[in-house]
Amino acid sequence: MTKALDEVKIGGIGASRKRVEDSRFIRGKGRYTDDIVLPGMLHMEILRSPMAHARIKSIDTSKAWEIPGVHLVLTGEMAATRNLAWMPTLSYDTQAVLATDKVRFQGQEVACVVADDPYIAKDACDAIDVEYEPLPVVVNPEQALDEDAPVIRDDKAGQDGNVIYHWEVGDKTGTDRAFERADRISKLRLHYPRSHPSPIECCASVADYDRATQKLTVYMTTQAPHIVRAAVAMIAELPEHMIRIVSPDIGGGFGNKVPVYPGYVCSILCSILLERPVKWIEDKSGNLISTGFARDMYLDSELALREDGKILGVRIHADADHGAFFADAQPSKFKIGLLHSAFACYDIPAAHLTARGVYTNKAPGGVAYRCSFRVTEAMFFQERMVHQAAKDLGIDPAEFRRRNFVRADQFPYRTPFGFLVDSGQPEKCLDVGLKAIGYEDFLKQKEEARKRGRLLGIGISTMTEPLGAGNSREYDILGIKMFDSAELRVHLTGKALLRVGTKSQGQGHETTWAQIVSHELGIPAEDVTVEEGDTDTAPFGMGTYASRSTPVGGAAISMVSRKIRAKARKLAAHLLEVSEEDIEWELGRFYVRGVPDRGVTIQECAMAAYSNMPDGMEPGLENHAYYDPPNLTWPFAVYIVTVEVDPESGVWDVLNLVAVDDCGVRINPMIVEGQIMGGLTEAYAMSNMQFITFDEEGNCVGSNYMDYLLPTAWETPGFELHSEVVTPSPHHPIGAKGIGECAAVGGPAAFVNAVMDALDGTGVRNIDMPLLPDRVWQALQTGQDVSGVPPVRTDD
Amino acid sequence: MYPTRFRYEAPRELDEALALLREHGDEAKVLAGGQSLVPLMKLRFAAPELLVDINNLPGLDHHEVDADGNLHVGALCRHATLERSDLLREKQPTMAAAAPLIADPIVRNRGTLVGSLCHADPQGDWASVVLALDGSIVAAGPGGRRSIPARDFVLGPFQNALAPDEIAVEAVIPAPRGTPSGGYLKLERRVGDFATVGVAVAVETTDGRVTRAGIALTGVGGATIDCADAAEALLGRPLDGDTIEEAATLAARDARPKSDHRGSAQYKRHMVHTFVVRALEGTTR
Amino acid sequence: MTIVHEVRDEPAHDVPERRITVTVNGTRKVIECEPRLLLSHLLRQGLRLTGTHMGCDTTNCGACTVLVDGTPVKSCTMLAVQADGHEVTTVEGLATASELHPVQEGFREEHGLQCGFCTPGMMLASKALLDRNPDPSEEDVRWALSGNLCRCTGYQNIVKSVLWAAAKLRSEREDQ
Repeated sequence: MTKALDEVKIGGIGASRKRVEDSRFIRGKGRYTDDIVLPGMLHMEILRSPMAHARIKSIDTSKAWEIPGVHLVLTGEMAATRNLAWMPTLSYDTQAVLATDKVRFQGQEVACVVADDPYIAKDACDAIDVEYEPLPVVVNPEQALDEDAPVIRDDKAGQDGNVIYHWEVGDKTGTDRAFERADRISKLRLHYPRSHPSPIECCASVADYDRATQKLTVYMTTQAPHIVRAAVAMIAELPEHMIRIVSPDIGGGFGNKVPVYPGYVCSILCSILLERPVKWIEDKSGNLISTGFARDMYLDSELALREDGKILGVRIHADADHGAFFADAQPSKFKIGLLHSAFACYDIPAAHLTARGVYTNKAPGGVAYRCSFRVTEAMFFQERMVHQAAKDLGIDPAEFRRRNFVRADQFPYRTPFGFLVDSGQPEKCLDVGLKAIGYEDFLKQKEEARKRGRLLGIGISTMTEPLGAGNSREYDILGIKMFDSAELRVHLTGKALLRVGTKSQGQGHETTWAQIVSHELGIPAEDVTVEEGDTDTAPFGMGTYASRSTPVGGAAISMVSRKIRAKARKLAAHLLEVSEEDIEWELGRFYVRGVPDRGVTIQECAMAAYSNMPDGMEPGLENHAYYDPPNLTWPFAVYIVTVEVDPESGVWDVLNLVAVDDCGVRINPMIVEGQIMGGLTEAYAMSNMQFITFDEEGNCVGSNYMDYLLPTAWETPGFELHSEVVTPSPHHPIGAKGIGECAAVGGPAAFVNAVMDALDGTGVRNIDMPLLPDRVWQALQTGQDVSGVPPVRTDD
Repeated sequence: MYPTRFRYEAPRELDEALALLREHGDEAKVLAGGQSLVPLMKLRFAAPELLVDINNLPGLDHHEVDADGNLHVGALCRHATLERSDLLREKQPTMAAAAPLIADPIVRNRGTLVGSLCHADPQGDWASVVLALDGSIVAAGPGGRRSIPARDFVLGPFQNALAPDEIAVEAVIPAPRGTPSGGYLKLERRVGDFATVGVAVAVETTDGRVTRAGIALTGVGGATIDCADAAEALLGRPLDGDTIEEAATLAARDARPKSDHRGSAQYKRHMVHTFVVRALEGTTR
Repeated sequence: MTIVHEVRDEPAHDVPERRITVTVNGTRKVIECEPRLLLSHLLRQGLRLTGTHMGCDTTNCGACTVLVDGTPVKSCTMLAVQADGHEVTTVEGLATASELHPVQEGFREEHGLQCGFCTPGMMLASKALLDRNPDPSEEDVRWALSGNLCRCTGYQNIVKSVLWAAAKLRSEREDQ
């Protein structure tokens, strides 16, 4: 008769446990960076450049200094005396903290003011006089590559032109041969427009340098506190043990809060100079115009096809617009992130990818917005190409995918780009999705509607993506390997404290990490406190982004729990007076093999660790684990969207949206669904209304919420989510796979494919995102593709 | 995010408010809902030295029909009140159609129709509606009250015809003589967006023929556009397909859209046509 | 009220100041501030009620939503001095000493929040809706919340949270 605890009841894996975090958030008692007030704290504001590319002739701060309440006016020149006008980036480049010689993008930080309150600081910023000498501006890769283009990074010795890197992967010869053999070649040129993760909370820091202890504490919005500590140690030349980074509650990250921004560095420098806490709160315009944007990638692609729809080869060339500094956080060996994960769910014999990154006069970035390190670009390009290829061949897009999916007997499957896809059930997921959306019926409906002049369309997007960067052989940021860690201490009454190197920005780690401990040890989840974000107490982690925390951090939690269980087993043997080989485990207790009634609970073992240890055993019940993942995890997703396009206005409405997500074992199904819905909304936003663009002078359109559009509850469609397909990760300790970004990665193509499907027969093969009404209408009117971002001004 | 410094007064009587403007009119701005002015001040695009807050003035939050059937909307009548107004739904369909489309529901709790007209944003929605309805603004000043027709009220972007010592106290929409119908159609990419294209259509019919018409456009020129010819083309005719088509074509002709990131000029002009047709046919979307 | 009423630097000359009385979450407060102080900053900095959040600079996001005399207002677009003589309710005023407001419960029950940043504004706008319309449809809820932006949830669970709260409030009313 088992006395094993009911896992769902105690809040283990599979329990849709209500969130621990909610208790403070619903009371308005969250502790975000701007909520932190320290005695003597001052406020910092940044003066930003209105020019996109200009030499700085002079900066006159005298009037700013005269304003009552101003404590410090800092310029690049002053920062340079402390070697802090420039800083290294996470991509082995350098970035200006405060401009010295020239400004390189509109919105770049030029000076900062510290004052008694932010109103005065802003008054003082307005009183700073900067004289600029305009320089020619570069706003896209084409201009950047022009032989007459100004060299943006003339600060870098040996920088000739605006190319940052060339990168190549795959098999050129094999791919060329595949194209020679092809019955058809399907081509597509795409631009994934520049957008921005734009969490509602902007970036912020409270830097507190304490002269008495010589310790620097920085409360800040960071998804990766330990990376920041290492970076600050390098940048500010302070010893690492005298730096404490505290990431409190974060109001959304989505990759925006990974890089080390000039604002943080300025607040740190100002605090050191003034020996008082300095708070910097970014405003939305600053956030949108200067922090890590997303995407802005151009793709030229070709698929070599056999007449029956089999893909013989893939050729991709990508140009990435990185802005003025190469400042992304991404695995250092992969210059353009994991773009080469494209086509991972399809069995393709040959593939070749070339990529190029360029500098432009725009804010630095590229890797952000739930992108899984550029996998958003990879999967968007992939599924758009697949859709168009199917149409070019006259094959049903669902059938086309079936003919190319990696088959069950092929796992683990080595892609032509070198990834090892270890698991998945693509066909089953597709079956579930097609049934849920009513595929066959919809196709009939579409035909009927056509006869009456109504345009209906259905779009599919299927993909697997690599989540959980990553194993130490291939993945590092600035040389630091991408592991994660967890520390678990079980107290004598069997309650526990778990500290992890991850950092939630809304993903619910305080709730879900405890569930893993519950699963491994049978300790009720509510008995486990979870802490993250303080580098003084949290074990080292590479941060939470790229959907890596469940795959890597979650695995570390599992492993440390197992270490605890192993020691508890010894204690159990001691308490039960049998040898360890005779001990069996069921959830929450150990018992004597064959005598299930003779057992001890995990809580009794914990007490014994403090009060009744066997001879020679170290007291206490705590441990830590550092986890180096053997491989990435490979969730599979199918997103299907149906739309109706109004041919008169180009407005399109979502009729239905079905999401089938196979992310292996789900720790907390409620939270997983929340992540998927959030991602689908971002996918909808990107496909429908979101973009950032620049005019020829480098003026940014999309640097406030009037121009950079986020959908409201009114526009956002409803979602039907499916979780019936579960393919556990073969290597993850609890079989879980990443999921946080899947919907943002796979979703956009489903929306775009749906609209393009509605335009079947019009001759239009592509409309670049965002599919704003005027662009759809234009395509319908002209029968031509609509490429690029909406232009800022055209002469009509 | 942080306005510049200014002085602030919150008078409790209209005379007090007028006295303040008499003295400081050139450097003062009147504050009602503040949903246009305060954002501009936060971005430091506006930096008045004195704000005269009129929210405490009595007797200005009404919207009611007088004995002659004219609608009076007081300076402190909020968009939200108009959105929920049965009176408007019954008597002023064009206004009822526009009210829910102003900004977003929370901004509508504070913003006012009169304030919106005074702000004279070329992208303002109410301006087209009031123009199409041949409304007027009543200004109170040192010499008493005067009525300024909507078509004379806007002098340029963010410039209205009020003297520095005047306060707009209400908008008046003339009583319909026939059966009123119409609508306001706004192409916005999301709630709260400025109109890519906004079309206000207001007609009155008697015995199946149009006896009064007004058509005005938002967002397709440097200012609100009064489509007088299109309106004229409707007069005396039934609202059949040909009549509607003619009016739509004339309205589209009068539009002066610019190509920008919201759309090409050609698209906007087309949408003017589309919206005029839809509004006159009584279809929404 | 502590025995030391106030300590501050002597104000510089020429800085306009105004004395106002605002009832915040049921308690009357006397405040001296500059006219340019935004209501949101009064709440956050002056009164240390940090549950009201600021997310944008163009009056779009609604994270700063509070109730002024029971009506949702974006506190970043109202001057503190305009609240003189009025009642302001922030998220901290939603619950009683012993009980959460059903709207708060609903958000927890239906996973209507993730990062929590938009949540106070969402809940106050929702409460105002339910005060006015105790039985809203999904469409009514989406329309009423179209002035509050969320990046995390996709809104679907927020709608469910509000409908949960509506049902609870209706049943509480029936019980009375």
